[in-house]
Amino acid sequence: MTDRISIPEYCLVLLIGPSGSGKSSFARKYFKDTEIVSSDDCRAMVCDDDSSLEATSDAFELVHYIAEKRLKARRLTVIDATNVKPEDRRQYVTLAKKYHALVAAFVFFTDEKICHERNLNRPNRDFGPHVVRNHIRSLKRGFKGIQRKEGIKFVHTFDTPEEVDALKTIERSPLWPDKREETGPFDIIGDIHGCAGEAEALLEKLGYTVEFDGEPGLRSYNVTPPKGRRALFLGDLVDRGPRSPDVLRLVKSMIESESALCIMGNHENKLLRKLNGRNVQLTHGLADTVEQFEQQPDGFADEMQKFIDGLISHYVFDNGKLVIAHAGLREDMQNRSSGKVRSFAMYGDTTGEIDDFGLPVRADWAAEYRGRAKVVYGHTPVPEAEWVNGTICIDTGCVFGGKLTALRYPELELVDVPAEKTYYEPVKPLVKEITDQSRDPMAIRLSDVQGKRVVETKHGGRVTINEAHAAGALETMSRFAVDPRWLIYLPPTMSPSETSKEDGWLERPEEAFAYYRGQGVERAICEEKHMGSRAVIVVCKDEVAAKKRFGAHAGSGVIYTRTGRPFFGIEMQEQVLQRVRNALSRAGYWDEFATDWFCLDAEIMPWSAKAQILLERQYAPVAASAKLGLGTAAEALKQANQRGVDVKNLLDATEKRLSKVEEYTDAYRHYIWPVNSIEDLRIAPFHLMAAEGQTFLDQPHPWHMEKLAKLSFDDDPVMMATAWRIVDLGDELAVKDAIAWWEDLTFRGGEGMVVKPEQFVVRCKKGLVQPAVKCRGKEYLRLIYGPDYDTSGHLERLRQRGLGRKRSMAVREFALGAEALQRFVDHQPLARTHEAVFGVLALELEPVDPRL
Amino acid sequence: MLLKPAIATGLYPQKTQKEYNVYLSISTTHQPATDLGFLLHKNPSNVHETSLSFGRAVIFYPEATEKKCTASLMLDIDPIDLVRGRKGREGESLLDHYVNDRPYAASSFLSVALARSYREALNGTSKQRQELADTEIPLEATLSPLPCRGREELACRLFEPLGYKLQLESVLLDDNYPEWGKSAYKTLKLKSICKLSDLLTHLYVLIPVLDNQKHYWIGSDEVDKLIEKGGQWLEEHPERDLIATRYLKRGFSARATKKILDERFGITDEPEENPDEEEEKLEKPIRLNDLRYEVVTDTLLKENVRKVVDLGCGEGKLLKRLIQERQFERIVGVEVSPISLERAERRLNLDNMSPTQRDRIDILHGSLVYEDNRLEGFDALTLIEVIEHVDEERLDALERVIFGQAAPPRVLVSTPNREFNVTFENMTPGMLRHVDHRFEWTRAEFQDWANGVCERHGYKVSMIGIGEVHEEYGAPTQMAVFKR
Repeated sequence: MTDRISIPEYCLVLLIGPSGSGKSSFARKYFKDTEIVSSDDCRAMVCDDDSSLEATSDAFELVHYIAEKRLKARRLTVIDATNVKPEDRRQYVTLAKKYHALVAAFVFFTDEKICHERNLNRPNRDFGPHVVRNHIRSLKRGFKGIQRKEGIKFVHTFDTPEEVDALKTIERSPLWPDKREETGPFDIIGDIHGCAGEAEALLEKLGYTVEFDGEPGLRSYNVTPPKGRRALFLGDLVDRGPRSPDVLRLVKSMIESESALCIMGNHENKLLRKLNGRNVQLTHGLADTVEQFEQQPDGFADEMQKFIDGLISHYVFDNGKLVIAHAGLREDMQNRSSGKVRSFAMYGDTTGEIDDFGLPVRADWAAEYRGRAKVVYGHTPVPEAEWVNGTICIDTGCVFGGKLTALRYPELELVDVPAEKTYYEPVKPLVKEITDQSRDPMAIRLSDVQGKRVVETKHGGRVTINEAHAAGALETMSRFAVDPRWLIYLPPTMSPSETSKEDGWLERPEEAFAYYRGQGVERAICEEKHMGSRAVIVVCKDEVAAKKRFGAHAGSGVIYTRTGRPFFGIEMQEQVLQRVRNALSRAGYWDEFATDWFCLDAEIMPWSAKAQILLERQYAPVAASAKLGLGTAAEALKQANQRGVDVKNLLDATEKRLSKVEEYTDAYRHYIWPVNSIEDLRIAPFHLMAAEGQTFLDQPHPWHMEKLAKLSFDDDPVMMATAWRIVDLGDELAVKDAIAWWEDLTFRGGEGMVVKPEQFVVRCKKGLVQPAVKCRGKEYLRLIYGPDYDTSGHLERLRQRGLGRKRSMAVREFALGAEALQRFVDHQPLARTHEAVFGVLALELEPVDPRL
Repeated sequence: MLLKPAIATGLYPQKTQKEYNVYLSISTTHQPATDLGFLLHKNPSNVHETSLSFGRAVIFYPEATEKKCTASLMLDIDPIDLVRGRKGREGESLLDHYVNDRPYAASSFLSVALARSYREALNGTSKQRQELADTEIPLEATLSPLPCRGREELACRLFEPLGYKLQLESVLLDDNYPEWGKSAYKTLKLKSICKLSDLLTHLYVLIPVLDNQKHYWIGSDEVDKLIEKGGQWLEEHPERDLIATRYLKRGFSARATKKILDERFGITDEPEENPDEEEEKLEKPIRLNDLRYEVVTDTLLKENVRKVVDLGCGEGKLLKRLIQERQFERIVGVEVSPISLERAERRLNLDNMSPTQRDRIDILHGSLVYEDNRLEGFDALTLIEVIEHVDEERLDALERVIFGQAAPPRVLVSTPNREFNVTFENMTPGMLRHVDHRFEWTRAEFQDWANGVCERHGYKVSMIGIGEVHEEYGAPTQMAVFKR
């Protein structure tokens, strides 16, 4: 009697046996409640009666439905039903196949009498003995073919209740590809095809010590990796090249010394069939390998047969964040196992067509890929390794005279060595296959953005977007935003500082400093807040770079507003981009950051350049109407006053209000100047957000300010540096100084300042600290709150404003914006970047006091 | 900071902010003029204050002689109370709080203030001068500021039939920037010989109408109020329907929501002018819209289409036409604007449709530039006057959604024929038919695009002109019928 059984950690478990045979008790003992899908429970769920025969068909539909959802989510699932007939079992086997799950069966041949007795002791099981008898008859009749015919891999039978009781544990073993606990670092090496010389050179270039013995072709190896690193070979070690046996020995020795892992390529698979004595055509370079095998010492073929037979077709590493497979792997196949998975991993997806060169036409699975895991693969030779939706093919055709490429993980750095020669003429020229579809906005599905969504962010955890806001954002995104290919970041909203208690003031810097001090921030940065319009600038080195990195049809970058709308018309945009580009070139940043694009967060002035309509429709009318009404009233009051009616107080108050209206008018006039050409614009970048391969959120704000200040030159007034200063929040004098600085700024008509922690991203116990808090000047606030907001009576009431929602929005939007940028920089699928950016837009629809 | 002010205009009751003071004076030269005090029940020597839920009204007399007497009402509206007045009600979203709140157009506040301060005069009663109250006397009213957005003509249409002489004075929006033009706020002066109660009633009803802003949240008593105040004169007023509909402006919630969305996301036009109406107005003489739907329906019928999706269905006009044909077993409308969808739902009366009909039709929220597997499995997709609303650089996305992924046997695409525009009277060269059109194509340009689509996705195309064909410029609308 067995006391220990092992089943795969992900599989479909069928319990098979007549009613009363002990299936349910068995299930409860060894499986979690949530893993068990019981037909009786489902009966009860649909009709409140767990033995209702009427509900049978609906109940089983439900069993099937739940099982399907679980398998889709890669969850072990136990079907607790009699499952005595082959046709009962067949649907579950089909379902398991669909989700690449193995099937395990536990069969209960419990004696008829025992079953019957058990049923009698249970409520609602008062059916006659014939029921159990029929169950057992059916079970025995169909049981013979259960493994072979039905395809159930693991079958364990219990002939007596004692055997059931004897079982102590059911172990769950990980699937073969499952190396999730291994996090690297790795060096992933593309298709070698017998190019042993290049493989040796590449390993050395990667820092491995390669010792060998013997002449080329008969070499044995001893390779030592750099500390902690491991090599991952993507398969296709053999065929076409000059030294397939050497490559096999090299890889095998590295695997044995635990310094490498290797997956099976289609060429190994074919070689294995040949070694197994099957009749295979000696095409595609297999003939070379066979010939080279003949030169090898005795036993080599047997040794390699065993070695290759032990290779599996894909691995999953680093908590599911990295997948390797020879020809790539769809998300729904990762860390699962079936013939289909294996063949996809080795051969990729094909459309069934044959191209002009007699090769199968490949289906572009990478263009459709939306997975979280990076997939590194080979199989199809390409001229350059390029990321597509978070996947990368690193077979750069070494044997065809290309190069042998490795990808370092997690660095994502490509390392290659050129082929010594062309060993094999390719059947068709090495050209880039059209996989560029990934860059098409089409690669975004409605389901990527619609409905209630939860976006996982690095900095802010899970951010929820509610359905109504997502729906609202869809229209903006579809009709008014720039092309999603360009929309890699949206800035967050910003909360003001807490309300000042000081007489005559609504906002002052003291509260901003106090807030950060309270969050444990020691040093803050104060940056002048320009009164213009927020703009995100994505600028490429040239149109070629724009096309390559962003898949843009035209243009060399984009400038868009806080809500993703184009900031300028196309012509003006190119002019402005050129200006920014020149500044970046003069500062030498293309080389310094080894990039051909940048993303900047900036303010563009004057305000009137973008907000003229607002001025004319919103701000100026306030003054115009107030002057008209108050002016007429003041005249009438003067008359009444002269008549001796007691309106003196009213007259004074009205005249005072008129003067406030003048102040209000002055406030907006500060931010207006005519724009006749680009020379009249002022661009003040304040965050250097990202460039190829990196975001700069890990750099403190002074770094950003210093880097960006270098973009402004005396002979070009358009690019503007922003005034800033660091404040030690513990130093009273420094704080006072900063306040005086703000007072001076705002006195001269400035909008105010933005206070940020010195570090870009700061967390406290409760989560993210506000990335920035604004502190607006007294006169600027007049525009927001109305001409006489600071008259007594008004101010007291205005002070009762709540910042909670605004601050929560700011933090969530910040997390989403940063996440979008990170995903873009990581070469994740466009849809994943878009999802996060879309979230910012949706959150902006949350209702909040707009004056904050 | 583009959005900051934009947002500021979004939820904040901007009308309040703009018109937080209103001035209305009423004068008479009927002698003794000081009797005006008896009619208004306000002593000319004193200052009278009425406090209102949204502010206060102060009445005083700048002049009070035998020859002429003027009563001034100064209305102060408290902008802060309006927003914060009802703070803290649990479960009430800010949206309700700000927008669905009670009146916030200054003009309707004025009506309320009138009713409160001059109640007896409005009703035509006077304790001491009832005879005078029943007499037609020379009266003048000055109202400032009055928002009428360049609708002097409307003011005339409203007041002139009632016997008023009127004068509108306007000022510059900002003296420093004459190029911004004149302010939408005017000073309105009215002159007539009539009963004081008539003048007040007319002002009470017509000022909110002039402003054309939503005034009260519509309750059933509003209708009664209108009838009560309007009485006889309203019935005979040539603009009766206009007055009634504007006074009782319905469909508030959808409009308000749209406004919020628009304003939160940037600058848009004032909502009064419905741009669709503009386009229809242009094209109206030929009833082009109806004709388009007929041609589309006929084509679909002829092509034996049974299942059809109308992409960019807007308010569902085509869907309404399609459902009349039994041949269409399944009709789906897809629209990106939640507001339009809501309207389509009402227009089609989906809630009350018979079950069999209801099973045939659905409207979905979706977008033309996102892949959507709900579009698969139909016989035809239609894009009627839709593609010109999509940025040209995103047409490739649209193309792949429709011809690449959904790829139905038939696709109908209609769009304006730009060449035809020269025949429209009110169009200047280069102008497009609709403010939201991102482009309009000539026949050749449309053909080019269609050919490209065919080449890339294996369709064949034929072109149909819709509307009366001009010898040189072709038909006003062009439609491509794609077949696969």
